[in-house]
Amino acid sequence: MWSQIVALLIKEFLAIVKDKKSRFVLIGPPIIQLFVFGYGATFDLDQVPIAIYNEDQSIASRDFVKRFTASTAFTQTLTITHNEQIKPALDEKKVLAILHLGPHFSRDLYTGRQSAIAQILIDGRDSNTALIALNYMQSILAQFNLDWAKQHHLNLPPAQLRIRAWFNPNLESRWFIVSGIIGLLTLVVTILVTALSIAREREQGTFDQLLVTPFTPFQILVGKALPGLIIGVIEASFIIFMAVFWFKLPMVGSLAALYLGVFLFVFSVIGVGLMISSLAVTQQQGLLGAFLFIVPAIILSGFATPIANMPELVQKLTLINPLRYFLVIVRGVFLEGLPAEVLFSQYWPLAIIGVVTLSGAAWMFRRRMY
Amino acid sequence: MTDSSEPVDTLALACHQVCKQFTVGQRTVEALSDVSLSVTKSSVVGLVGPDGAGKTTLLRLAAGLLVADSGAISVFGQDCDRQVDSVHQLIGYMPQRFGLYEDLSVGENLNLYADLHGVSQVERQQRFDDLMHMTGLASFTQRLAGKLSGGMKQKLGLACTLLSQPQLLLLDEPSVGVDPVSRRELWSIIEHQVKTNGMTVVLSTAYLDEAERCDEVVLLDEGNKLDQNTPAYFNKLMQGRSYRARHAELSNRHLQTLLSGQTGIVDAVIQGDSVRVVSESKDLLESPAFKQISDKLTIETTSPRLEDAFIALLRQRHPVAVAKTDHSAVKPESPLSDEVVIQVDHVDRWFGQFQAVKKLSFTVNRGEIFGLLGANGAGKTTTFRMLCGLLPPSNGQLRVVGVDLRKAAAKARARIGYMSQKFSLYSALSVKQNLEFFSSAYGLRNAKREQCMQWALQQFDLVVDQDNESGDLPLGYKQRLAMACALMHEPEILFLDEPTSGVDPLARREFWNRTNQLAASGVTVLVTTHFMEEAEYCDRLIIMRDGDILIAGTPAEIKQQVTTAELPEPTMEDAFIQLVEAKQSNE
Repeated sequence: MWSQIVALLIKEFLAIVKDKKSRFVLIGPPIIQLFVFGYGATFDLDQVPIAIYNEDQSIASRDFVKRFTASTAFTQTLTITHNEQIKPALDEKKVLAILHLGPHFSRDLYTGRQSAIAQILIDGRDSNTALIALNYMQSILAQFNLDWAKQHHLNLPPAQLRIRAWFNPNLESRWFIVSGIIGLLTLVVTILVTALSIAREREQGTFDQLLVTPFTPFQILVGKALPGLIIGVIEASFIIFMAVFWFKLPMVGSLAALYLGVFLFVFSVIGVGLMISSLAVTQQQGLLGAFLFIVPAIILSGFATPIANMPELVQKLTLINPLRYFLVIVRGVFLEGLPAEVLFSQYWPLAIIGVVTLSGAAWMFRRRMY
Repeated sequence: MTDSSEPVDTLALACHQVCKQFTVGQRTVEALSDVSLSVTKSSVVGLVGPDGAGKTTLLRLAAGLLVADSGAISVFGQDCDRQVDSVHQLIGYMPQRFGLYEDLSVGENLNLYADLHGVSQVERQQRFDDLMHMTGLASFTQRLAGKLSGGMKQKLGLACTLLSQPQLLLLDEPSVGVDPVSRRELWSIIEHQVKTNGMTVVLSTAYLDEAERCDEVVLLDEGNKLDQNTPAYFNKLMQGRSYRARHAELSNRHLQTLLSGQTGIVDAVIQGDSVRVVSESKDLLESPAFKQISDKLTIETTSPRLEDAFIALLRQRHPVAVAKTDHSAVKPESPLSDEVVIQVDHVDRWFGQFQAVKKLSFTVNRGEIFGLLGANGAGKTTTFRMLCGLLPPSNGQLRVVGVDLRKAAAKARARIGYMSQKFSLYSALSVKQNLEFFSSAYGLRNAKREQCMQWALQQFDLVVDQDNESGDLPLGYKQRLAMACALMHEPEILFLDEPTSGVDPLARREFWNRTNQLAASGVTVLVTTHFMEEAEYCDRLIIMRDGDILIAGTPAEIKQQVTTAELPEPTMEDAFIQLVEAKQSNE
């Protein structure tokens, strides 16, 4: 019984490793995506172009402007001297925002009779970026107010926020993204390996040959699932390794809690992959099916947009998405150091998804045995 | 352009020292080496040769789809490399699998190809009518191309190719998988085109009886042209070397096994009620194999056929590999056991609205070679898949060694061996890895496994290739490997689905020799084939047509039915055509 499964495993691995295309699927995209996403995808603002329209031209106003231009978030690419220049600068997307200081800025600042007005004209077409940029500007302004009050012995602002990020102390979005990539790439690779496995054999006619041998359907299923499990776990380990040693993510929690999650996640994804595979007649269909699953699974996982922001119905839909649970686990272990007990609420849904999809795959695959 | 003595413009096709190489995996294959040939206008030329002889390559070069590494090819004086566009105006090329759009109707397919060839709307209707009439498809114009039988598809493909009224028609194995009736129709269309339009036809074929109908035959082997001449010339070459032999005690199968591969004997095949023997020289009786048994042998000379010459020429290049028959084991055949091992009882199979198999019933006894014959789409493969448990029947019962393989425990499957039409081993794995996998699949272990693998490597001459990827092997070797994988666990019943499809006559002989040996050792063999002449190798057979049994019985019984005064020695193909026609006139 087990020696036959071992024979199936050897065959499966040889088929994957010797086939140029599947070898590439395993090695190429994960590395490329890891670096592209790891470096490319970020929520942090970096060198956002802004224009300065300073009508005041005093030491105070120049000091104020400098706080903006010296920040790494912004870079001054344009200096405006007339009102007419404002409209084209924003329309043509030359800059994201314009900082406008009126002629009375320093006078108001020194006399203190009324608040000095610094006007921000911001391009709201990309609302997400605009909001983040405003957020930065607010904090620059708050810091300016505080420093100004201290220097001129004025009354300090009556209240102020003091923020300390509990996890991810520097609020680096790379930590958030790279930890998500662990889930994303494990999902993509595992599903491709399994979704193509039966379809490939069907396409090449070897599946019939397999079905007339004394293998039981259970053995064939195990023979198809185990390579996926092994490859998925290895793939996840590689990305975890890269996350810790290349992207320098802190690994706060326990490796055991993480690996329990990896194992259950890969298990549930294999079920989905084999279900797709048992429905597909050709590799092309298998690939198509895989992507039909992968894209919504990523969008509805909380990888980029929080599940809490989604409409009620869609939130309910995410409950059947294995990636949703795994992202909680991986971020929980990496950034929060959550122990396995706390993550139990994430483990069991994965286990259930795995059992249901694998039995579904087994059922479909028996039914399609013709 | 060519240094041929004839003026270039009268030659429909001229090849001058053409070479073409391909790289398959790690090996370089010389598809054509230094081939020169010329085809005169309005002639029919047949390309014959084993697999990998370069037939398809030659046709694709002539069609301007490939470019030769060196040498020149021209069609009516136009160079196939530099003047591709004008060559395309002159030729019609039908590949092995013609690109019919299966989801379009017959009429829509014709319209599409008319558009592609730029046939004007005015001419179109007239041409459609002619072609539909000629192919007998007129009443099917509304039918989807995917729903046509193999023969009808092929005729439609030919019709689409003829739409542009090419002057040179290139056909790549036009009659593979087509039933004899459709095959005859295809030929009459081709001959009609040659006679009325002066068309030139170059076709490749695996059927040597077809090649006999050509004006000239080009024999290719491993990229070399062996000879080009008229069929009559080849037959003359063999004059006095073809015999028919019968033995008083031995069955034809035993006689054949005894004779084939012996020195002095080029070929021995069962034909009708005797064994056809081709000798190396004109005195067959001098051969030692004959002297041994000559007292009980009756021998008469017979007129040679093209296949004899073909085999004789190829044997000079490829000496017989299978001389391993253990002759001491040949004894008078034990009577066939009447133990039923395969039972098919009123089996139906529907695919949606289409009934692929209609109330089929037959039984197979232990140790028989049982044939399932018929053209593509006759229901052979469906029946076959139901027997192996790969497909459930819609109605009725199938039993193999007393169990339904679909429901039976996995263990029951260890008693059968299966080899399918398509090469269905793991092509990324080496020969040895495939053998390792399948031996483990059948639960062979340790010493026993090692022994079985050694047996398979030796028996099937795979030792040299054992570390090569099986996907890179030539077709004949792939087939040997598939058979080795199906036989390692010594099955009681062997299922062979179209094992000889697309395989050349030499490899087919080798295959049937092995099968005969297996049957002699008590293995039951169920085999499907669309080569009617292969029926001769079966103990009993059924011929299927449209999911129904056309006729069942021993080869002799079936031919008996159509024997008349004009046709004293009908072939299986004659029998098929007559029976189909008789059935159609009844309907």
